[in-house]
Amino acid sequence: MAMLEVRDLHVQFRTDDGLVKAVDGLSFNLERGRTLGIVGESGSGKSVTSLAIMGLHRSSDKGSGTEITGQIRLDGEDLVSSSAERVRQLRGSKMAMIFQDPLSALNPYYSVGAQIGEAYRVHNKVSKQVARKRVIDLLGRVGIPQPTVRVDDYPHQFSGGMRQRAMIAMALSCDPELLIADEPTTALDVTVQAQILDLIVDLQAEFGSAVIIITHDLGVVAEVADDVLVMYAGRVAEYGSGGDVFRQPGHPYAWGLLGSMPRLDVARVERLRPIRGTPPSLIHVPSGCPFHPRCVYPPQVGGDRCSTEIPVLLETGPGHRVACHLTLAKQQELWAKLAPGSATAAAAATEETAATEETTAAEETAAADEVASAEPGEDVTEVEAT
Amino acid sequence: MSDDLLTVTGLTRYFPVTRGVIFRRTVAQVRAVDGVDFSLPAGHTLGIVGESGCGKTTTGRMVARLDEPTSGNIVFDGRDITHLRAGQMRPLRREIGMIFQDPYSSLNPRHTVGTIIGAPLRVQHVQTEQGVKRAVQELLELVGLNPEHYNRYPHEFSGGQRQRIGVARTLALKPKLIVADEPVSALDVSIQAQVINLLDDLQDELGLSYVIIAHDLAVVRHIADQVAVMYLGKIVEIADRDDIYASPRHPYTVALLSAVPVPEPAAARTGSAAGETAGPGTLSPRIRRERIRLTGDVPSPLNPPPGCRFHTRCWKAQDICQTTEPPLDELAPGHRAACHFPEPPR
Repeated sequence: MAMLEVRDLHVQFRTDDGLVKAVDGLSFNLERGRTLGIVGESGSGKSVTSLAIMGLHRSSDKGSGTEITGQIRLDGEDLVSSSAERVRQLRGSKMAMIFQDPLSALNPYYSVGAQIGEAYRVHNKVSKQVARKRVIDLLGRVGIPQPTVRVDDYPHQFSGGMRQRAMIAMALSCDPELLIADEPTTALDVTVQAQILDLIVDLQAEFGSAVIIITHDLGVVAEVADDVLVMYAGRVAEYGSGGDVFRQPGHPYAWGLLGSMPRLDVARVERLRPIRGTPPSLIHVPSGCPFHPRCVYPPQVGGDRCSTEIPVLLETGPGHRVACHLTLAKQQELWAKLAPGSATAAAAATEETAATEETTAAEETAAADEVASAEPGEDVTEVEAT
Repeated sequence: MSDDLLTVTGLTRYFPVTRGVIFRRTVAQVRAVDGVDFSLPAGHTLGIVGESGCGKTTTGRMVARLDEPTSGNIVFDGRDITHLRAGQMRPLRREIGMIFQDPYSSLNPRHTVGTIIGAPLRVQHVQTEQGVKRAVQELLELVGLNPEHYNRYPHEFSGGQRQRIGVARTLALKPKLIVADEPVSALDVSIQAQVINLLDDLQDELGLSYVIIAHDLAVVRHIADQVAVMYLGKIVEIADRDDIYASPRHPYTVALLSAVPVPEPAAARTGSAAGETAGPGTLSPRIRRERIRLTGDVPSPLNPPPGCRFHTRCWKAQDICQTTEPPLDELAPGHRAACHFPEPPR
């Protein structure tokens, strides 16, 4: 049994504008000592997933309009149905979280040491002196120079990188078995980002905990994750090992993300291949495959399957799942053309960009060319308008 | 060179740190920009990269004359604009445009898109009201937005579309030079690529010159012809795009480049079987590069280290680095770097 099992998780928020389906049927497993990377654009539900696991979004919250269904099993214990009290016991001790922006996650009125020690004291009922020792030890572990002195500093006396290190020390204070890092390096410069990623990898090796790293940066995921989950509109688009998802991606959205990103490791391309359109509103999720209004491949699938039928997450290889109506052979054939470095990639890029530009440029004018004319329907317009 | 659109020499900007209310005195200087030189030929793109606090934004603001330099010269189109007063600057505002980082805070939420994009035209008395509307609609079309959205408000648009509105506003006066401060860093990857391609197309179509300020080295490699790397207020290396990425000479550039994560799984990168498992997407061997980890943070520009400013984090530093500041020497044609011990060319 996996340490963390998420089964058919739905998280919905009732708002004045309608029901926001932030997470819509998400399932994955995570073993001890493994790192799962969750990638997606803003609004794909990746942060909501992590907050739901941590019990920071709960259906029982009065007036929040939050509804959570499905199962989140931590070592077999379902967190969705357990009491708030029980989740509070686990939060901070068995599972912990590193937040994106350390400056807003740290309280400016308390010393860094007091904040790191707080969770340890709550969960272990120890004296301040013992907690302080523990904090100094942790600060040293995460690479803060002179921890005995810096423990009494306030957050404003720390640099951005040091604050993030302090956040990591806080998350590690009770030796969590599950560590969730939500965009841990987004607010940091590249050189500091590299330091923090190294630290997370080293600490994981040392403690053997399971790590979920949430980010929009594919480079970061490739660097640290064993498994990768690509989310789109609250659903899983693709799930597999890092090697699978980066070398043999099967979902057009994953191709789009990889093609949108300028990369330093391959020869410079003349033009990037953006994904046309914008991410959908989670109130009016497009019918069928949520990605179909932005996808250029529905004609390859044929019929109107993409706009009517929700694709199932099918296994395309051992441990590699893709939710797309394209057949596996078709996926491989198309990716072979798009993969960076392949001879036809450049040609494919120009061809596809032409289609992309056209549809973006005049969303209501049906583009003449075959690819773009497939779905210039209402969905696109609706998405753009929201 | 006389055909350069923009020439910047010895540009500095010190921000005074003051104490006292009645007897205000300057107790220190933050040396945000400390002697920057570059020139930009018409139709080209200069990318300025560096970590936060390196002075790249301040440099950009001075070029657009949103900030007055402490010393140095900015020559734009053959004219010294360094200390022009606001009134003298106004006609030049048509020629230098600026694109801001945050598409949420740089558009007035109470104005319609038409008002926002038309504002520069009205301020500069370029056309009559009837003409303004038509001009704005043409601009909307140029940046890939629907001209019928003339009367919509910024909140009705997504982040990427708002950034397009910002671009349209900048283009309204047909500038020769556009200073773009982190034009895509607030956008999602897929949208980022759309905006980058848009900037590319506009350059081809309208012959624009860009100064693009960004912290993302991959983005800069994609759009810039020439790249300047800044560290603590100084340019440490400047060269043509292909030169600097293929053969960085300054240790800081080397470290920056090696710190950028690439979307290539770690297992495949270190594994020896990369060639076997890889399908059509086999990548260059460059990804199995050496990773250089800088320790510590950027020192404060309030009190920059003596000698070479990078010596506190540099793995090659010797005694001379702590005492003597290295000049920005031309190591190869068009490739300048400020280091006592530059990396050999690759």
